[in-house]
Amino acid sequence: MSHISLRNLKISYDDHEVLHGINVDIPDGQITVVIGPSGCGKTTLLKGLNRLLDLYEEVKVEGQVLIDGVNIYDPQADVLALRKKVGFLPQKPYPLPMSIYDNIAFGPRIHGLSRQQILQQVQELRKNHFSDREYASSAQPAALPTTSREMDLLVEHYLQLAGLWDEVKDRLHAPAAKLSVGQQQRLALARALAVEPDVILADEPTSALDPISAKLVEKQFQLLKQNYTIVVVTHILRQARRIGDYVLFLYLGELVEHGPAAQVFTSPCDERTRAYISGEIS
Amino acid sequence: MHWRKWEEAIFKALMVISLTLVLASLASILIVVIARGASALSLSMLTQTPKGGYYLGKEGGIANAIVGSLYLALGASFLAILVSLPLAFALQREYTKRRTANLTRLVLDILWGTPSIVYGAFGFVVMQYLGLRASLLGGVLTLTLVILPIMTRAMDEVIRMVPLELKEVSYAAGATTIETTLAVVLRQSLPGIATAMMLAFGRGIGDAASILFTAGYTDYIPHSLFDPVASLPLAIFFQIGTPIPEVQQRAYASALILLIIVLLVSLASRLLSRRLSRHILR
Repeated sequence: MSHISLRNLKISYDDHEVLHGINVDIPDGQITVVIGPSGCGKTTLLKGLNRLLDLYEEVKVEGQVLIDGVNIYDPQADVLALRKKVGFLPQKPYPLPMSIYDNIAFGPRIHGLSRQQILQQVQELRKNHFSDREYASSAQPAALPTTSREMDLLVEHYLQLAGLWDEVKDRLHAPAAKLSVGQQQRLALARALAVEPDVILADEPTSALDPISAKLVEKQFQLLKQNYTIVVVTHILRQARRIGDYVLFLYLGELVEHGPAAQVFTSPCDERTRAYISGEIS
Repeated sequence: MHWRKWEEAIFKALMVISLTLVLASLASILIVVIARGASALSLSMLTQTPKGGYYLGKEGGIANAIVGSLYLALGASFLAILVSLPLAFALQREYTKRRTANLTRLVLDILWGTPSIVYGAFGFVVMQYLGLRASLLGGVLTLTLVILPIMTRAMDEVIRMVPLELKEVSYAAGATTIETTLAVVLRQSLPGIATAMMLAFGRGIGDAASILFTAGYTDYIPHSLFDPVASLPLAIFFQIGTPIPEVQQRAYASALILLIIVLLVSLASRLLSRRLSRHILR
């Protein structure tokens, strides 16, 4: 599992500084929630962790983001490898313009995984994930010869992992755009997981969802945290309380307070944190 | 309160009037062309080249112009796609700085607005310099110049509509810029690209001025790129200028054929873009 450290991270759009020198260590294997009023820099912080900010011409980043000790903003850093390692779940799911199946296979395909690698990955995943849970799969990976079914197994596995398999197993080749928004968000989760990241960044992953779909997504995060480092940006305090193990509170681009959820939510040190949690500022 | 209702009624009426005007002008064009041309329309009109008595309104048809127009418009569309598609992608933010892209767009818009007779005159000068006669090759190249800016700008506009968030999904999975362009952006904008191609084809097949000097006119179907070629717009132009009523009727029959071709192309483009939108979220 990956460890993320921010060292004096400053991010500005044109000449307007959005994040003012953030210093924090994000714990591995837990769900870290980033909370704060809108416009405080939550999404910017998140997109700074996998260099999605590179897509915006006017953004300037100073300071360091260390993932497993390597500064991702080093000019020598491999952006593609970084993004493979740090998965991203956007606010709206945005299915890729292809079938459900191809949405999941997109990542493994661009990274050019061989059949052998895929088979290995599937078998390893089966051992690691949900070993205590009953698997509904009919396919037996060990018994398979080198057919074209490895990718099928991989797709099935990640759809299971995102809790979507049972709903889509009969229409894998239907357009992903035909799914409901709640299903699309779990598809986005499966798609992000299929790249085999160590870290999952999620930007208000339930804001477009109905309460039932939101609960499903939250549940998946709870199950996934034993194997991934998860950072979730949310503006829903109750959600932060439900799923957060560690909390970062951002206010006007400043990291006001951070600590274990129990501590931050029950006895915040800073007056601004207290005010935000009690709903006095929003 | 009273005034607001009047306002509603007035603007609705204005819209209905403009709609009626547009539909009425299309209908009256169709009525005139059919009324004058339908009687001259026959199978031999479609399948035969002009015979001995053609210019006295007797034998033969305009197969030379039909085939010629298709050659010219298809050839020009094909060449224009080869340049437009890469150019339209190159104008996007991933590949070109905003200022350069906008300057290029301005140039293309000026070219779009340039009258096609200017292209014709330009093509003629260049052909004289190269020692080329009026020919299929000259016509195709000049027509390509006419439709190139139309096709490029139409494609550019649809490609620009692809949401950044969708591209982010691809980049976040570790895809390169070109992978994102080909696997995601191209697919997402394919229906619009198809429409852009058809729009340019429709413009190309109806243009008379640019091919007047460059393609020439002939009673025969060309056998090589260096033969002169007939076209429907010029067939209409020449036939309507004769004093013989039967030949004038044939001009309207030619116009009817041209209208039908354009109509078929629009219908085909509708069907094609509907098929291609299967995977696209709206």
